Amino acid sequence: MPIIKDGEIVEDHWLHLDDEATLTAGNISVSLNRWQEQHASLSKHSGLLGLRLSGDDPLEEIVPDLAEFSLIVLIFPAFTDGRCYSFARLLRDRYYYTGEIRAQGEVLHDQLFYMSQSGINSFELAEPNQMENALVAFNDFSDSYQTTALKPQPLYRRR
Amino acid sequence: MYQYDDYDQTMVDQRVAQYRDQTRRFLAGELTEQQFRPLRLMNGLYLQIHAPMLRIAVPYGLMSSTQMRKIADISRNYDKGYVHFTTRTNIQLNWPTLESVPDILAELATVQMHAIQTSGNCIRNTTTDQLAGVSADELEDPRPWCEIIRQWSTFHPEFAYLPRKFKIAVIGTTEDRAATKLHDIGLHLVKNHQGEIGFEVLVGGGLGRTPILGQIIRPFLEKKDLLSYLEAILRVYNRLGRRDNKYKSRIKITVREHGLNHIRELVEAEWVNIREQLVLDDTEIARVKQYFTEPAYQVSAVADVSFSDRKADNADFARWVKQNVVDHKIAGYKIAYISLKAPSMPPGDITSGQLDVIANLAEQFSMGEIRSSHNQNLLLSDVQQADLYPLWMCLQAEGLATANINTMSDMICCPGLDFCSLANASSIPLVKEINERFDDLDYLYDLGDIKIKISGCMNGCAHQSVGHIGILGVDKKGEEWYQFTLGGSSEQDASLGERLGRAIPKDKVVDTVETLLEVFKQHRLQDELFLATVRRIGIEPFKEGVYANH
Repeated sequence: MPIIKDGEIVEDHWLHLDDEATLTAGNISVSLNRWQEQHASLSKHSGLLGLRLSGDDPLEEIVPDLAEFSLIVLIFPAFTDGRCYSFARLLRDRYYYTGEIRAQGEVLHDQLFYMSQSGINSFELAEPNQMENALVAFNDFSDSYQTTALKPQPLYRRR
Repeated sequence: MYQYDDYDQTMVDQRVAQYRDQTRRFLAGELTEQQFRPLRLMNGLYLQIHAPMLRIAVPYGLMSSTQMRKIADISRNYDKGYVHFTTRTNIQLNWPTLESVPDILAELATVQMHAIQTSGNCIRNTTTDQLAGVSADELEDPRPWCEIIRQWSTFHPEFAYLPRKFKIAVIGTTEDRAATKLHDIGLHLVKNHQGEIGFEVLVGGGLGRTPILGQIIRPFLEKKDLLSYLEAILRVYNRLGRRDNKYKSRIKITVREHGLNHIRELVEAEWVNIREQLVLDDTEIARVKQYFTEPAYQVSAVADVSFSDRKADNADFARWVKQNVVDHKIAGYKIAYISLKAPSMPPGDITSGQLDVIANLAEQFSMGEIRSSHNQNLLLSDVQQADLYPLWMCLQAEGLATANINTMSDMICCPGLDFCSLANASSIPLVKEINERFDDLDYLYDLGDIKIKISGCMNGCAHQSVGHIGILGVDKKGEEWYQFTLGGSSEQDASLGERLGRAIPKDKVVDTVETLLEVFKQHRLQDELFLATVRRIGIEPFKEGVYANH
């Protein structure tokens, strides 16, 4: 299924594995639970590894493992649940995570700008048929007052 | 006042374009009501009983004459020719159409105004003391700090979907005219032992169903660290605040459930990490401060003698001056309150014609600026004393010279059942009845300062829990009843009102107010204020007075 990544519509090469699903070859993402329980075997997986986090998960606990993951999936159970905006900021800003950060769940056109400013760079839209129209959202604003993941200097140091 | 540069203007213009497209997609069925809701709220648009309501931001209560004329125009062209000032110093239009809102926002943008983040679970309009910059007791003008916070909080990508709304107030005086202890964050400009000015930071205050007074999370914060500390508090709240129950999701509950000490530890730990990144440099502080420098006050203003002559000649003018005019830090200048509590109008309402008149008077007499206050009144902050008489004459001609500031008829009241879809009971009609019963101004002056606050539901938009007399509408089997509280205050000595007793039926509310005043008069010592009497004698005598008769 296609996704939006770095501002473009691209094919996705990741498989999001349920906790019960058997390991398959290729790039897979797992839940925090599965990672914690099957840490050793997953580390030997031949494809790339991704981790799925929700706002309930203890972000700080997985920081030592971040280098294992090429993808962090942040789950938005509702688009009004803003906890993962802070997760994205912290991953980029504090923990220097440079891999892909993906928004999954109720991910809609009108949240894409703020999500991207917070450091999320790929998006599985809840309404995939809106993907083409949603691309304009990244240009809703040409600047931000704040320090963001995309503009590390706040506007007051640039104006 | 602050003037937009290209960056500010572009952001507001782009916001209009963004919201225009969101409205278009909603009307085309591409966005569900549930998806559109937070988007329209973050642009100030509510859907109410009769029509949408649009809340326009008045950042820290400051407007120019040009802006006020634009509001008047908009209310004529898109609404019914009147607007409402709120307790957060904002403006509400009660009858715009949903389709016209993008055009209204575009009109506002032409005068550097907007409706950004006037609702929704985000950081709202920052408020301050209505006497900021002109009162003698001020340590430092809080308005540049409000503007710095306005910019930091506008479109903050991380904090657009907080657990609940978030309100910040800043003051520069010991006296608290901005109810800072009832805000999610209250900032007090204070001096430390080294003589440096910084902020005392309070967190976790709020009204609504569970009124709580804010507590000090940090006694002294250096100015350069303001934004990093705010960001740290917001980040902790965004992650920790409850999202399962909207009545337990304000930061006041987060603080209560986790304890102030734990929240402080989390905030300070977060702050250490971002402190350097967000240091406010002197250049930026100076850039913003240059918009709030003192105007060119006339030294000659104090030489005027006509002011005292006029007061001696005209009792009505003298009465207005006594009640509605306060001292300015500069001798010869005064601050004039324009009461929006005329008995004939709902509290805080004003017509477009009156807005135009005030815009002109501000240009003529007060450097072209107008302020709105937490008590839903307007002020002209820089009037030469010699100009007060002509100003008063003009105000009187427009029905704007009601001399009742701080009296019992200067009530705060929410829209209630007449407009609001949340309300259980009406509030505006009660104000009208109270005004009709107590229509003798001399009687009101004798009673001294009494703050009555009336809310039509538990959400408490009129701040009834900090009213000297608080009146809260409740629904009992489809009938409107009212719960009284006594002894609340939102000022420096902030306190929450104590419940008088069981709820009162609607037709007995005005009688109850009268009984409370009778009890007050019986126990009052000389010129003692109502609040002082309640605090001295306690609630019992009032209880007896009210319930013995029923």
